[in-house]
Amino acid sequence: MKIAVCMKQVPDTTEIKIDPVKNTLIRKGVPSIMNPYDRHALEMALQLKDRHGAEVVALTMGPSQAIDILEEAYAMGADEVYLITDRKFGGSDTFATSYILSAALDHLGPFDLVLGGKQAIDGDTGQTISSLAQHMDCACINQVLDLQVESSPAGATNSNPTVTVKRKTDEGVEVLETTLPLVCTVMKESNKPRYASIQSTLDALEHEAQQICLDDLAALLDESKIGLKGSPTRVQKSFVPERCAEGVFIEGAPKDQAHDLVEQLVEAKLLV
Amino acid sequence: MTLLYTKEQKALISLVHDVAEQELKPYVAQADRDGKCPEELYEFGFDLGLHLVEVPKEYGGTGLDYETTAMIFEELAKIDAGYAITFVTTFVALRNVILAGTPEQAQYFADVVKQRKFAAFALTEPNAGSDVAGMRSTATKVDGGYVLNSTKTFITNGGIASIYIVFCKTDFEAGAHGITAFIVDRDMPGVRVGAEEDKMGLRLSNTTELLLDDVFVPEDRVLGKVGEGMKLALNALNLSRAFVCTMGVGIMQRALDEALAYATERKQFGKPLASFQLVQGLLADMAIKTEAARCVVNNTMRLMDAGSLVQLEGAICKTFVTDSMQEVVSNAVQVMGGYGYSREYPVEKLMRDAKVFQIFEGTNQIQRTTIAKLLANG
Repeated sequence: MKIAVCMKQVPDTTEIKIDPVKNTLIRKGVPSIMNPYDRHALEMALQLKDRHGAEVVALTMGPSQAIDILEEAYAMGADEVYLITDRKFGGSDTFATSYILSAALDHLGPFDLVLGGKQAIDGDTGQTISSLAQHMDCACINQVLDLQVESSPAGATNSNPTVTVKRKTDEGVEVLETTLPLVCTVMKESNKPRYASIQSTLDALEHEAQQICLDDLAALLDESKIGLKGSPTRVQKSFVPERCAEGVFIEGAPKDQAHDLVEQLVEAKLLV
Repeated sequence: MTLLYTKEQKALISLVHDVAEQELKPYVAQADRDGKCPEELYEFGFDLGLHLVEVPKEYGGTGLDYETTAMIFEELAKIDAGYAITFVTTFVALRNVILAGTPEQAQYFADVVKQRKFAAFALTEPNAGSDVAGMRSTATKVDGGYVLNSTKTFITNGGIASIYIVFCKTDFEAGAHGITAFIVDRDMPGVRVGAEEDKMGLRLSNTTELLLDDVFVPEDRVLGKVGEGMKLALNALNLSRAFVCTMGVGIMQRALDEALAYATERKQFGKPLASFQLVQGLLADMAIKTEAARCVVNNTMRLMDAGSLVQLEGAICKTFVTDSMQEVVSNAVQVMGGYGYSREYPVEKLMRDAKVFQIFEGTNQIQRTTIAKLLANG
């Protein structure tokens, strides 16, 4: 089995602030981290590797500093890591990014399974991986909590094992059965990501991430669909939501909290 | 405040920081009250490879230098120095076997540690602390080996180690030249773990008696040469002394971080504590001592990496760092007032943890005597 994990380097939003004049993120001094959801996607891939044996490939599209998250992925146990980078990829929105990613996966594949986090914590669109599945013309299951691949009996040549996927929905948990190839987005509740060790961190620093640029994918890409000019998204306006009231923290035992809440809602005439 | 860290050092510090914050910190306060580190907490330390950090690659370690190893353990000690010392004691014991023993002994010791086992160093006795040569433990020569009888006390990792370096007298007439070191397995007949110390601080570190009753050890378990145990012990202490200093810096930095955060948040007379000049003075003194201590430790580690035995520099480092620690942790409690004295906040624990650093690995009084002697001898 060959598994790709698509990852993104994001600003650590627990440290981020918004410029009140320009309405943009203040990125200066904010550390960049592996998108937390992607860490769970990688862990899911590594658990499948532990159970069934698999080749796990981690890839990200971004500037050269995005290599940091690939080093982390390698230290956690990815077999190979790729940085997809080219000045012409700059400014890509989720549509263009997923298009470039699909070409990179085509270039490196074929893959049986493609995983990514449910969303990235900077843009929060949750579009890229689903859009990637569309470009790949592959089935996609979002918000996955668990993914089990049917183990083939020893000696069997079952090239397309059954996959059982649990996904979170607004109503509860949905259990689906399908076959590979498959694209999935992974939830945080799916697992507890492993830590790298001191030795694997040292190994990762010595391992050079492979780079993929536009020239490598030229035969697979229509250049009019990449970068800023290939991105249909237009940001009309960005703004900081106005804070019109301070939040109220209700403390105490759950029963007392519920009582207080109802009282306050009645007082505010929101509940009669 | 920072040293010039390499990319590798930054990555390792960050890894240890994340793991210690998430996997150790939530359990420290309770473990401190219990006076015991839950066994499951050791697992993440072994997963990280803390027991093999400084161990050469040929023995299955990561082969990091002393300087980088120290940085890792400073970071870990910010969360709990007692936990950190459990792993430091293990790899320092192994390092001493590598330095003083045969390749076979080093391989044997390393193979035990690699199986996620702790090691210990059994030197101190009830009547032989600073006066190492006054030890009463005996190793009697018999056919094929030695029979050891010993009561050791204050043994770090005593109750959790699987393998020990034990010092005994092979010749009572020869004084300091009659001491020999032995490699002893926990499961050898006659090896017993005695009472566990109920300590003031470093309560996640296991400290016990170690009792040896007619323990037969074969000839090939003599570490180094017969009669040269004292030299081995002193060299070992030079190494462990430097590492307790790095953990001391971790405690100082944590005390400063906690006090600064509190002084910035806490308001009196309508202003944050940190805006009052006398509090600023306390915080500045803490920062000065912490930064200076870090630099002294870093220099000592770099000297060791260059092959120096750091007899003088190690003694100066130990004395300066561990005396400074007392001022820094005491200032942290002072800045935080009643809350600093309360168990609700972590600085009272740091104050309890800090005291022993002036006592173990050679008291600071002994260190001063050593410094003066070395200076006088040029």
